[in-house]
Amino acid sequence: MCAANTDPVIRLDGVIVVRGGKPVLRDISLDVGAGEFVGIIGPNGAGKSTLLGVINGLISPTAGRVSVLGKDPARWLHGIRLRRQIGLVAQSQRFNPLAPILVFESVLLGRAGRRGLGFRLHREDREIARRAMADTGIEKLARRPLGSLSGGELQRVAIARALAQEPDILLLDEPTASVDPAARQDLVSLLAELPSLTGAAILCVTHDPWMLPAACRRVITLKQGRLFGAGPRSLMLSAELLEELYAEEGLPFGPATVTGGSSASWPQEWSRG
Amino acid sequence: MNALMPEMLLPYGYLLRAVLAGLFGGGLCAVAGVYIVTMRLSFLGVCLSHGAFAGALFGLFIGLHPVLGAVAFSLLTAAAVGPLADRGEVGPDTAIGILFSLMMGLAFLFIGLLPAHREEALGLLWGNILTVSGAEVGLLALTSAAVAAVIMVFFKETQSVACHREVARATGVPDTAVFYGILALLGVVMSVTLPSIGGLLVFSLVVNPAAAALQWCRRLRAALMAAAVIGVGCCWAGLALSWYFSLPAGATIVLVSTGVFAASLAFSPRKRMLQWTTPPM
Repeated sequence: MCAANTDPVIRLDGVIVVRGGKPVLRDISLDVGAGEFVGIIGPNGAGKSTLLGVINGLISPTAGRVSVLGKDPARWLHGIRLRRQIGLVAQSQRFNPLAPILVFESVLLGRAGRRGLGFRLHREDREIARRAMADTGIEKLARRPLGSLSGGELQRVAIARALAQEPDILLLDEPTASVDPAARQDLVSLLAELPSLTGAAILCVTHDPWMLPAACRRVITLKQGRLFGAGPRSLMLSAELLEELYAEEGLPFGPATVTGGSSASWPQEWSRG
Repeated sequence: MNALMPEMLLPYGYLLRAVLAGLFGGGLCAVAGVYIVTMRLSFLGVCLSHGAFAGALFGLFIGLHPVLGAVAFSLLTAAAVGPLADRGEVGPDTAIGILFSLMMGLAFLFIGLLPAHREEALGLLWGNILTVSGAEVGLLALTSAAVAAVIMVFFKETQSVACHREVARATGVPDTAVFYGILALLGVVMSVTLPSIGGLLVFSLVVNPAAAALQWCRRLRAALMAAAVIGVGCCWAGLALSWYFSLPAGATIVLVSTGVFAASLAFSPRKRMLQWTTPPM
């Protein structure tokens, strides 16, 4: 299923995850090639975030095989080492808003794991962090306390931190879900630029298919923990398939909600399928 | 004049030791406190301080040095409370509350079982910075050097875990090991300061200067240094006031540190955090 010609950087083979006696992922197999941008969509409870957790080793599969950059992320030490090469942008960031940390320091933390336990950060690390901040348009926030930022700004900081890791894989877990509509539009624009900012394979999990940028060539759909479908973006984002995917809970809101328009029409390409 | 100084100070040797205990003990407690307050684990700190107190009494009970017993018990408490607070199986507050009551129960049990050492036991509860021995000051100095070295070497890891643990985990920092390391460090700090500050008062010296420093500082490194200065300042000011007004030293130190926190809160620039504008880089 890997669309790229290179060896897959992520390979899942028959992965099953059971949590609290309930199956969350059922027999998932997929490959992701280096530099690929893959969208993962599906309704709530489809197992999208669990899938990312399995890839970065924070969730161990109940059965099946997982290989990320040739290593098993479920093994403790492999997991820690892999996470240094995997950037993660979570849906929201939980931290003490009064924690004494500036935005620049928070972005620099992306280098902490990469540099290794007990080793000091170098000037080179600061340069990389500054570049990541410039790429994501947050240089002006550098000396602001992290706790003083808005939700949209925090997500930009999270993306900058992930880029500062110089990752081989970038995992985006509902990156626009917890921000206001205006900030969401800004973030969608930033996500569209990501392939030009990093050579990493990008997996973007989202409940809202509209936010996947054009650079996302392949889309995987999940429903009730199962692989519902996979294929080129133009095919997978057809109105018919989306209506089938979201049949139980209704289609997520359309792009018109975000751009402020009154029409809730689907983008043209979604109707081509 | 200089040659006469040691002779002049000789009758006040206990005062010199108290000043040094304030320097090392006050700084140590405050630095450890910055991590506890930043991680919003103040109640866990109370639990560890009472664990250290119960351990010191256990040490007395079995004929060990109280500090050894305190270190052992506080490390055990950290090891037990860490997973409970971390996994939230029964809710962190409940878990810490249960361990806290267990430690208090053990402490009073040992006090009851130690009729011959009751004075010494109560001394560990209240502490007395004016009766601290030279060896205890030496231990405080050594612990201060060790804690400073550990923080300098692992600064980025402790910063990552204290300020943003989820990020630490996601970027490949062994957050659980670092978290327990911070708790163990706190346990050791509370144990070695027990004879001078006391089991009941040590917690105030951990939290108050750190909370005061965090009202002023926007960066962890600055907060650590400011907290150490405030902690030492509170100890010395408390000592001076207790000397001048013949007050109990430990209680005066704690009251001074509470006053410093109240003043910091009143004039805190962090209260204006939401209005912060972006200064130039």
